[in-house]
Amino acid sequence: MPANRFNGHTDYGIGIGLRSPHYHHILTRKPVVDWFEIISENFMIDGGRPLRILDQILEQYKVVQHGVSMYFGSAERPNREHLRRLKTLVQRSKTPWLSDHLCWGSVDGRYTHDLLPMPYTFEAARSTAQKIREVRDFIEIPVAVENVSSYAEFHVSEMTEWEFLNEVAERADCGILLDVNNIYVSSQNHSFDPFTYVNSVPAERVAQIHIAGHSKYRRYILDTHDHPVIDPVWKLYARAIERVGHTATLLEWDDSIPSFDEVHDEALKANRFLASASLAAAV
Amino acid sequence: MKLLNLQRRMARAVMTPLTHSERMRTVAPDGRSMRAVASQIIKPNDRLTSFERLEIYNRQYWFRVLSAFAEDFPGVRAVLGGRRFDAMAKAYLIDCPSQSFTLRNLGSRLVSWLQKHPSRAGERQNLAVDMARLEWADIEAFDGLREPSLKPEDLAGVNPAKLRLRSQPYISLLALRYPVDDLLLEVRKDSDDLDVASNAFNERHKRKRVGAVAKLNPSAIFLAVHRLDEDVYFRRLDREEFAILSALQAGKPLSAAIESALRGSLIAVADRAAHVEKWFHTWAALGWFCRLEKSPKNEKAASRQ
Repeated sequence: MPANRFNGHTDYGIGIGLRSPHYHHILTRKPVVDWFEIISENFMIDGGRPLRILDQILEQYKVVQHGVSMYFGSAERPNREHLRRLKTLVQRSKTPWLSDHLCWGSVDGRYTHDLLPMPYTFEAARSTAQKIREVRDFIEIPVAVENVSSYAEFHVSEMTEWEFLNEVAERADCGILLDVNNIYVSSQNHSFDPFTYVNSVPAERVAQIHIAGHSKYRRYILDTHDHPVIDPVWKLYARAIERVGHTATLLEWDDSIPSFDEVHDEALKANRFLASASLAAAV
Repeated sequence: MKLLNLQRRMARAVMTPLTHSERMRTVAPDGRSMRAVASQIIKPNDRLTSFERLEIYNRQYWFRVLSAFAEDFPGVRAVLGGRRFDAMAKAYLIDCPSQSFTLRNLGSRLVSWLQKHPSRAGERQNLAVDMARLEWADIEAFDGLREPSLKPEDLAGVNPAKLRLRSQPYISLLALRYPVDDLLLEVRKDSDDLDVASNAFNERHKRKRVGAVAKLNPSAIFLAVHRLDEDVYFRRLDREEFAILSALQAGKPLSAAIESALRGSLIAVADRAAHVEKWFHTWAALGWFCRLEKSPKNEKAASRQ
């Protein structure tokens, strides 16, 4: 939905990830960009250049925080130091909502720094939802969970990935960051219809959408964020926009990063779908 | 299988070291069959076995942590050489897996680990430890906290015998055996110059420079790793300068810090006051001291004047 309680009732347009190779371009040329997404962990520090640059960006642009290591799905409770630093950054960035992944990545205090897939069980859904609620209560802004790309499925799973996402979102009463590239990657790796996934997501909970490129190997696809968005992903995006309306959209490009203009131009291709959604809403 | 149990088993598998050819082991170092572990928790599909699906995560884990670690310690890599560094990095990360939500802290235990495992660095252990200390201090200086700096007026009426000055949290004071500051700057310059020179040339140059430094007789150098205008700098210090700053960092009152630092100094007694004044002037200009806390100790020191 354009503006809802899961994205702080904002109506953001098309953003791109704030990445260090583009800092100079952004700060000196001041390009027109609807918003930037930052990786929270890069700025959960005490001082130095990254925070100075963030402050300069915040003077000119809207910023939304996206995390990579809260691990809502890890069986252990949230790390208090992590939460404290995250909240400090939330107060600095004034992000209207915060997102992180529906995954796990740490156990017994050891971190893999990966987005590991969840077993789709009711026990995991309950535990994950509880953790999302704890985080949201602590940081006091809306939280959206993002579906991840995956390369493995567990024997113990009791439902599909989209059923699990819906179960968690309902139990936690949280938003969804719908990554249509991740849906595509997982659909290829696990042989399901990606449109079934997109059609099953509760539209009213979608706070934001991610688009990205990936790398295709002979027997699987890896979510590498180092290519332009491919047509099948744009088609999924079109269907998602058709269902949820004009929604804050972000292009992720994290490796082999081209020029700022190339990344931004790729992101702006989303406009053709957003425009038709706006038109449909107006009719 | 309970969630915690499944996550423990999978994390253990994912963090199991790879083979020399960077594939997942069929048998883990503790004798577990990795095929059995994989097939117990992960479904196969029409293209990949359970083992192959788990292997994707196993390889991603090691590629990620090794590349982050190498990025943080190019100086140690130059000292040890690529092959020895890679072996050392794997051994370190097996012993010291990440315990932090951020990869920034991956190398936080490298110095103490290298000191406990001298064979990992071979003949260049001392040089490698010095370089690791410098590179970790560099990371700390890059994004450490900066508190409001001390101003001259803050010191009005304060008794130096009671005054406890705190240095900025981002500053590290290092007593080193080798001039690794110069060496690290050269290593970084070589990396920056990669666009204009061949990789082979840079590797040769690096090896030559490291070899020359390794042959030097160890002699103490004193360094402050600090930050100015958000850039990190390595500043060489005099022995006495280092001693005063270290004593202050350890919580000694100002007078006692100066007195202990100058005991046995080769600086002529008549010249000492001028030296101390010059040092404090420089440190103040660099903003190295934090504003005084309104602690009972310092309040009392001020009120007795």
